Amino acid sequence: MTTSAPLRAGWFGEFGGQFVPELLMPPLKELEEAYATIAATPAFQAELAELLTDYVGRPTSIYLCRTLSKELGFNLWLKREDLAHTGAHKINNTMGQALLTKHMGKPVLMAETGAGQHGVATATAAAMLGLKCLVFMGATDVVRQAHNVRRMELLGATVHPVQSGTQTLKDAINAALRYWIAEQATTHYCIGSVVGPHPFPIIVRDFQRCIGDEMRTQFRAKIGRLPDYVVACCGGGSNAMGTFYPFIEDEGVQLVGVEAAGTGEPGCYHSATLTQGSDGVLHGTRTKLLQTEDGQIMPSHSMAPGLDYPGVGPEHAWLHATGRARYECVNDMQAMAAFNTLCRAEGIIPALESAHAVAWVLENSATLPKGCHVVVTLSGRGDKDLGIIQELQETQRKQA
Amino acid sequence: MNAPSKLEAAIRAATAHGRPALIPFLPAGYPNKDRFWTELAALDAHGADVIEIGVPFSDPVADGPVVEAASLECLDAGVTLAWIMTELKARAAAGTAPKAPLVLMGYANPFLQYGLQALAADAASAGVAGIIIPDLPYEERGPFLEALSAAGVDLIPLIGLNTSPERMQLYARNARGFVYLVSVMGVTGERDTLPEPVKAQLAVARSLFPVPVALGFGISRPEQLKNLPADAAIFGSALIRHIKQGGDAAGFMARWQ
Repeated sequence: MTTSAPLRAGWFGEFGGQFVPELLMPPLKELEEAYATIAATPAFQAELAELLTDYVGRPTSIYLCRTLSKELGFNLWLKREDLAHTGAHKINNTMGQALLTKHMGKPVLMAETGAGQHGVATATAAAMLGLKCLVFMGATDVVRQAHNVRRMELLGATVHPVQSGTQTLKDAINAALRYWIAEQATTHYCIGSVVGPHPFPIIVRDFQRCIGDEMRTQFRAKIGRLPDYVVACCGGGSNAMGTFYPFIEDEGVQLVGVEAAGTGEPGCYHSATLTQGSDGVLHGTRTKLLQTEDGQIMPSHSMAPGLDYPGVGPEHAWLHATGRARYECVNDMQAMAAFNTLCRAEGIIPALESAHAVAWVLENSATLPKGCHVVVTLSGRGDKDLGIIQELQETQRKQA
Repeated sequence: MNAPSKLEAAIRAATAHGRPALIPFLPAGYPNKDRFWTELAALDAHGADVIEIGVPFSDPVADGPVVEAASLECLDAGVTLAWIMTELKARAAAGTAPKAPLVLMGYANPFLQYGLQALAADAASAGVAGIIIPDLPYEERGPFLEALSAAGVDLIPLIGLNTSPERMQLYARNARGFVYLVSVMGVTGERDTLPEPVKAQLAVARSLFPVPVALGFGISRPEQLKNLPADAAIFGSALIRHIKQGGDAAGFMARWQ
């Protein structure tokens, strides 16, 4: 039987650790202790549960696709994280970390963001709990995702454009870590995924496991047993980890993480870290990375901004290495097709990230047993992606 | 037992002359792949007691904008750890290597990809006396320390103003060469003044470490070291900026004499 209990704190097999400057070890230790002593108390758990219910809108529903299930010949369920406040699963994590920050007595909540989804979720939680909020965002992303910058500002957050490096998510994380070194006394770093140094991968996974926990309860109520396949898209991997974690010991449940293959052409800067990357250290953790043979981190690419990261959570690297979860690739075209299918067949506009997970099911429908139960975590809604989709459709029209 | 550390000896020699040892930092391949070696020789000829060579990395979280930009320029120019080792070995063989002992400063991932055994062996044969890895705290040092110490290469620990005496003692147990005290709560880059707690932390570090204590981050002028009992001073961003603005290593070192 596989379990996620690491032999050494912060390690999942050969993956994880704390590869950070010594100056960050005291705040990481402080966080680890606060998480163990504060977050574990019944009072904290009750307060968080109340916020998740009344403010976030949990439990999110589970929906059996009426049209697609008939067409496919098996039961396709969607875990509707798109219905959570702010339109994605990101709020589960930021609400937990913001509440912890409040209890730790730190006045500032600081985050990195790529496309802006985690930044918006952090700004939301900070606004609600009365924390000051700072968000680091690559200068390129600030321009590409102006709409989300505006949302963060409306929520009272200050957005810092990051001019260094490739000016994208990985550089925003570098900037956040640098800021945290300097301002650790007043600031909590609210990291956006199951990445980074210990204890972040565990904390973020724990705050996201409500997805998988609810799924189990909902399946027992709906069909009296657990699903056969549990599918989630995987960039940094927070929605996938939160989905998979409660199922790890259920050997009959197949776990499938779906990565973005970009255009799918050779040489494409994709984001398929687990399926095509190699072992290395980035942002404080040993995991699978997209890197050169000299150990330089390569720029990643996905049309789904939330999958666009050259690393992945260390626990995913471990689930991949042990074979407990499998990780598959879906390219831009396949994800777009799934996006359109879900819009038209079910009346749900999915986030492009989530469309990757749906695409894996549609692409592999012939091999999935008739009558089986497949659940996909629909990690977010697609309103945020309309600009990208419009651009893509125009390009396709011109090529046609 | 290992031979005495060249780094410690070089720093103690400066101490014997009643001055802090000078440790300039220059990213390998800066300002370009040829001129780097000229500047390295100039640093050696103009008073450097130890020279720190930066191994560029795409994501240098402990560095400020000046060092990061210089490192990325070097990466664009094709600088790799393999190139650095090859060039250093050639100079060691030709007898044209700097007299001052050399230290490599780089992040964990490029070293891991190079392979720790290869790193230790090549560093030793290239005349590298020590390695500084800013994203390698005590908890992750094991495999690096084992490989490097077997080859007689010092793994230089970094500590900060928020490092407790208990943690210093962990590092002190197998410290060799020197210990690097980061003088600011932040990243590399020049500061006008060093924070007040530096003095007290220097005293604690000097009492707990059997090796010399070097002060780095934020240092650009000798005046900043007044009343600070550091055994050595490390400066990088100021040197890079001096070269970027048209100066050279010899001119920069003159202000420290």
